[in-house]
Amino acid sequence: MTTSTSNPSMQHDRREQRLMLLLLAPALLVIVSLLIVPLVWLAWQSIWQDGGFTVINYQRFLTDSVYWMTFLQTFRIAVVVTLVTLLLGYPVAYVAAALPQRWSVLVLAMVLLPFWTSVLVRAYAWLILLQRTGIVNSALKNAGLIDTPLLLINNEFGTVMATIHILLPFMVLPLYATMKKIPPELTMAGASLGGSPSHVFTRIFLPLSLPGMIAGMVLVFVLTLGFYITPELLGGGRTYMVSMLVSRNIQVYNEWGAASSISVVLMLCVFLIFRLASLLIPFERIMGTR
Amino acid sequence: MRTSNLLLYGFVALVLAWLIIPIIIIVPMSFSSARFLTFPPPSWSLRWYEAYLGNAAWMQATRVSLIVSVSSAILATVLGTAAAYALNMTSSRLVRSLQMLLLLPLVVPIVITAVGVFLVYAQVGLLASMTGLILANMMLGLPYVVISVLVGLRKFDATQEMVSRSLGMNRLRTFFVVTLPQIRPSVISGMLFAFISAIDETVVSLFISGGEYQTLTKRMFTALRDEIDPTIAAISSLLTAISFILVMLVALNARSADRKQGKVA
Repeated sequence: MTTSTSNPSMQHDRREQRLMLLLLAPALLVIVSLLIVPLVWLAWQSIWQDGGFTVINYQRFLTDSVYWMTFLQTFRIAVVVTLVTLLLGYPVAYVAAALPQRWSVLVLAMVLLPFWTSVLVRAYAWLILLQRTGIVNSALKNAGLIDTPLLLINNEFGTVMATIHILLPFMVLPLYATMKKIPPELTMAGASLGGSPSHVFTRIFLPLSLPGMIAGMVLVFVLTLGFYITPELLGGGRTYMVSMLVSRNIQVYNEWGAASSISVVLMLCVFLIFRLASLLIPFERIMGTR
Repeated sequence: MRTSNLLLYGFVALVLAWLIIPIIIIVPMSFSSARFLTFPPPSWSLRWYEAYLGNAAWMQATRVSLIVSVSSAILATVLGTAAAYALNMTSSRLVRSLQMLLLLPLVVPIVITAVGVFLVYAQVGLLASMTGLILANMMLGLPYVVISVLVGLRKFDATQEMVSRSLGMNRLRTFFVVTLPQIRPSVISGMLFAFISAIDETVVSLFISGGEYQTLTKRMFTALRDEIDPTIAAISSLLTAISFILVMLVALNARSADRKQGKVA
C-alpha cells in the first residue's frame, strides 16, 4: 500500500473510488437506517426478552400449530401461484417475443398496465367480480348454470385468483426479456435440419428460455410468500398467510417477540430462495438490472 | 401447425383479457347510480365521484398521498441517480456489492419492511407524520430509479466524459452537460416509477400513517374491510387512470429516446 501511494495513477484511482462512495452514501444511508437497522433490530428482539436471551419465540414454531400451519398454507399457495403464473405467462411471453414489433408492443402494454396498477385496486376489482352478488355469480345465474351463488371470495380460491392476477406480469417480463435474446437463427437452423416444431422447441428454445423461467419463478414465489393485501381482503380470515400472522401479532396482540421471530423466519426463507437461485443465475439477472 | 398456432394465440388472447378486464370493469361500476355494485349498472350517475370529491376526509387523504408521492419520487430520483452513476463508473468489487443493498427494498417482504419502519419511527417520533411517509416511500422508490438509470447508463459511452474533462470541464458540469442529457429518459422513467410505487403503496402506510396524515390507500383499505362502498370504485378508476397516463408517458419517453439514439447512430 505504501508504495502504491507514490504512484499517481493509483492515487487517482483511490480518489475516484472515494468520490463514488460519496455519491452512493446518501442512498445507502436511507437503506441502512430504514431497512437494515430495523431488520437487525427485529432479529435481536426475537431472541432477547426481558433482559435475557430466549428461544421461546422460536419454540412456538414447533409447539403452536397456528405457526407451522400458516407457513405451510403460505408455501402451498406460493407453489400454486408460481406454477399457474408459469403456465399462463410462458405462452404470453412467447407470443410477445415472436410477434412483429407493432403487435408485441400491444401485448406488452396489456401486461404492463396491470403491473403498474395499484395492488389494492386490483384486489378490489376481484372483490367486485367474485362476491356473492358479483358479476361472475350473476352472469352464471343468468346463464342458468347455477341456482345459488358460488362462494368465490372469503376463501383460498379468491386469494389465489387475485394473487395470480397481480403477479403474472412478474413472470411474463423476465421471460420476455430472455426469449427476446434467443437468436431466431438457432430455431430456424434446428427446423432446417429436420427437427419437428415440438422437437425444436423442447431441445432449443425451452432450454434457452430457462434463465427467464427461473427469474420469473423466483420473483413470483418470493413475492407470494410476503403477500398481505389479497389474503387480508379476499381471504375472509380463513386464508391465513405469514404476513397476516406478523401484522396480527403487532396490531391485535401487541406481541413483538412473536412478530419478530416470524419476520426473521420469513426473511430467512426469502434469502435462502435467492441464494439457491443465484447458484443457477446471477442475482442481477433476477432483478432485471442485467 | 396452423391449428396449434391458432390455439396458442387464442389462449394468449384469453389470458390478456383476463388480465385487463378486472381493471377496466371498475370504470363503468364507478359511474353506477346504485349503491350495490351490479353489472351492468341500472343507470349512470356521477354520485360516487361527488361523494369522493365532496368528502373532506377523502380530500385530505388525497392531498397527503400526492404530496408524499411527488416529494418522495423527486428525492428518490436524486439519490438513486447519484448511486447508479457511482455503481456504473466504478469497477471496485466493494462498490458493486453495494448494488444488492440498494435493491433490497424490492426483496424484503413488504410487511416486514412496514414493521421495521414502524419500529424505527416509534423511537424517533416519525409515526403519523408527513416526513415519515416521505422518507419511507423514498426508500421504497430507490430501487426503481437505480435499475432504470443503470440500464440507461449502460448505453452511455463513458469515454465522452473523459473527453469533456480533458477539454477542461469539471466533473459536475460534465455530468450535467454531457451525461445527464443522454440518460434523461431513464432518469424520468425511474422517477415516474417511483411516483407510481409511492401513490399505490398501502402496507407501510397502514402501519406508519395515521391521524391527520393518512394516505389515500390506507383510507381505501380500511373502508374496504368494512363494506364495499362504490366511492372506492370512483377513486380506483382515478388511480388507474393516473397509472395508465404515467405508463404511457414512460413508453413515449422511451420511444423518443430510441429515436434520438437512432439519429446519432
